[in-house]
Amino acid sequence: MRTLPPYATTGERIWFYTFRVICFAIFFFLLAPILIMIPLSFNAQPFFTFTREMLTLNPDGWSLRWYQDLFGSDSWMRSIRNSFLIGIAATILATTLGTLAALGLSRSQMPFKGLIMGILISPMIVPLIISAAGMFFFFSSINIAQTFTGVILAHTALGVPFVVITVTATLVGFDHSLTRAAANLGASPTRTFFKITMPLILPGVISGALFAFITSFDEIVIVLFVAGVEQRTIPREMWSGIREQISPTILAVASILVLVSIALLTTVELLRRRSERMRGLSPG
Amino acid sequence: MAQADAGGIPTASEHEPRRKLVTADGTPLKRALQRAERRRVLAAFGLVAPLLIFLLTVFIFPIGQMMWRSVDNPQVVNALPNTLQALRGWDGQDVPGEAVFAALHADYMADQDRPRREQAMGPLGIRLNYELSAARGAISRTGRNVDTFEAPFREAFLDAHRLWGDPALWRVIQREGRPLTAAYYVAALDREYDADGNIVQRDENRRIYVSLYGRTLALSLGITFLTFLLGFPIAYYMSILPMRQANLLMICVLLPFWTSLLVRTTAWIVLLQQQGVINTLLVSVGIIGDDGRLSLIYNMTGTIIAMTHILLPFMVLPLYSVMRTIPPSYMRAAKSLGATPTTAFRRVYFPQTLPGIGAGAVLVFIISIGYYITPALVGGQSGRMISNEIARHMQQSLNWGLAAALGTMLLVGVLILYWAYNKLVGADTLKLG
Repeated sequence: MRTLPPYATTGERIWFYTFRVICFAIFFFLLAPILIMIPLSFNAQPFFTFTREMLTLNPDGWSLRWYQDLFGSDSWMRSIRNSFLIGIAATILATTLGTLAALGLSRSQMPFKGLIMGILISPMIVPLIISAAGMFFFFSSINIAQTFTGVILAHTALGVPFVVITVTATLVGFDHSLTRAAANLGASPTRTFFKITMPLILPGVISGALFAFITSFDEIVIVLFVAGVEQRTIPREMWSGIREQISPTILAVASILVLVSIALLTTVELLRRRSERMRGLSPG
Repeated sequence: MAQADAGGIPTASEHEPRRKLVTADGTPLKRALQRAERRRVLAAFGLVAPLLIFLLTVFIFPIGQMMWRSVDNPQVVNALPNTLQALRGWDGQDVPGEAVFAALHADYMADQDRPRREQAMGPLGIRLNYELSAARGAISRTGRNVDTFEAPFREAFLDAHRLWGDPALWRVIQREGRPLTAAYYVAALDREYDADGNIVQRDENRRIYVSLYGRTLALSLGITFLTFLLGFPIAYYMSILPMRQANLLMICVLLPFWTSLLVRTTAWIVLLQQQGVINTLLVSVGIIGDDGRLSLIYNMTGTIIAMTHILLPFMVLPLYSVMRTIPPSYMRAAKSLGATPTTAFRRVYFPQTLPGIGAGAVLVFIISIGYYITPALVGGQSGRMISNEIARHMQQSLNWGLAAALGTMLLVGVLILYWAYNKLVGADTLKLG
């Protein structure tokens, strides 16, 4: 099906091209809605559609006013700061705890492996609304609702499964004779970890950390329930933007976020290739 | 090792002196090995323990606590201990006699002596109001001048509020006068208690939740099917391309996957609005008139379109990874043995993709059944799902017991599905990009 054989019948030819048209239509459906926001965010008018001036490429139809709005607004800037603060703190916690747990889980001596793995990845399975409801009650009862501590702890819990899964996957191909060799040559367990284990599992740790970060960065349900006004993050600000007064400033934010996700996606892809090369697999 | 084991067991060569293998410091080898083994188990467990304790505290325990709320019922027991005692012999038919009302008065007076934060009549009114509207008014209005009541209390209470003369209120008090209740689940299943205490269906116009669960299931199934319909062709197309081109197309799938959920939802609002891109395009092309703009959003259509777009990558990724492993020679063999392309696809190729379809479908279904954000933003009334109702009870009606009951039912459903998914494909095949 990759190319048409010279003996293909007319029916096969028609199907060959129809199939490709269908596929590209689906890819268009996937990408177009996301990409169309970027040009729309330069609209000079407060509309969510292309004006005549924009379509004729008249410079008057285009402007940076929504970006100006964004960077001039205290609440948006605060939400950006909050998102990074919460995201980075939750990522550090989740990565540390998750990497240690993955190292423990990959040891053959670990008892109750299935049960523990089930608990560790449960935050990924339980619907967010239920996690949010549970944490809301619990955090209120110990007085950390509407604090940064509460949001960071909640996001750590959500990010942990991704770290555990990616690091465990990296450890599957890990050659344990390397650590034994290090120990044999007189290295302490700590030294072995930082000199031998860590560099080898680093790609898995970093991509787990990226997943944890993006989970926190994109999370809204928990923030809606657990965070107060002071802890509003970017998604929370977009949520009120959409519900209350929808202005193209949201499109400016969205465009920036799309660029951020392209950057993150590229990083993860490069890491994956590096990890596969290091493990001697095909460079995909 | 074998000799160390044999050391403890009497053998035929008993007359020879037993020689145990020992380590350098004189401990028997067997014990030293056991100790080392135990230390390694502890070390492995020590690595996992911090995370395990963390999750048990901030995640598992809170969810258990929330589920407990769906059966926890302290309000009546706390507020009316004497009344419940007096109600024991009540037949459940007529308004109770003076003894019960005297006990009720005693409970009211005891409550007024408590510090303000511990007063139980307010929570009692809220609790009884879930079962019988107007109960809250009766409790609080009576409480305002209950300290002026004099015996006989029965008349005094009946004068204060007519609801005290309604056997239905007394039946509710008697039924809910236990520390655990099934009432929230009864309500969550659109049922109620009738006068004889049997559980019956609610009136047609007051049934909400069963149909909402039905709609949530139907929407999730529909969305799962749509993602399959759209995901199958592109996963197949990517699987027949050379690696380099397939990876390029993979980025088209992964970019939406990595883009913020709110951004994608915003995108659909922008596109589907009455004044949005799609309607404007259709008007300018002349397919619809300016007054006939389609309402594509804030209804079920909006929820379906946006969620299909958001969840499509979750279907494509497992499908693609399965399709990559299917050797193309199977299809060629089928064709060379005389199968038409349709037959070869139906009988040879398709069955081999079933694990991927199963994995993708369960994944999409599990995610969509608990979805909250997108239906809340683009769903309007007809596109609401069960999560939105849980959130409404959490934040607006503040009926936390009912929210917990609805949530527990959803959680149990998701866990069963996940267990099935695990049986079907194994959780470790969950690919993240």
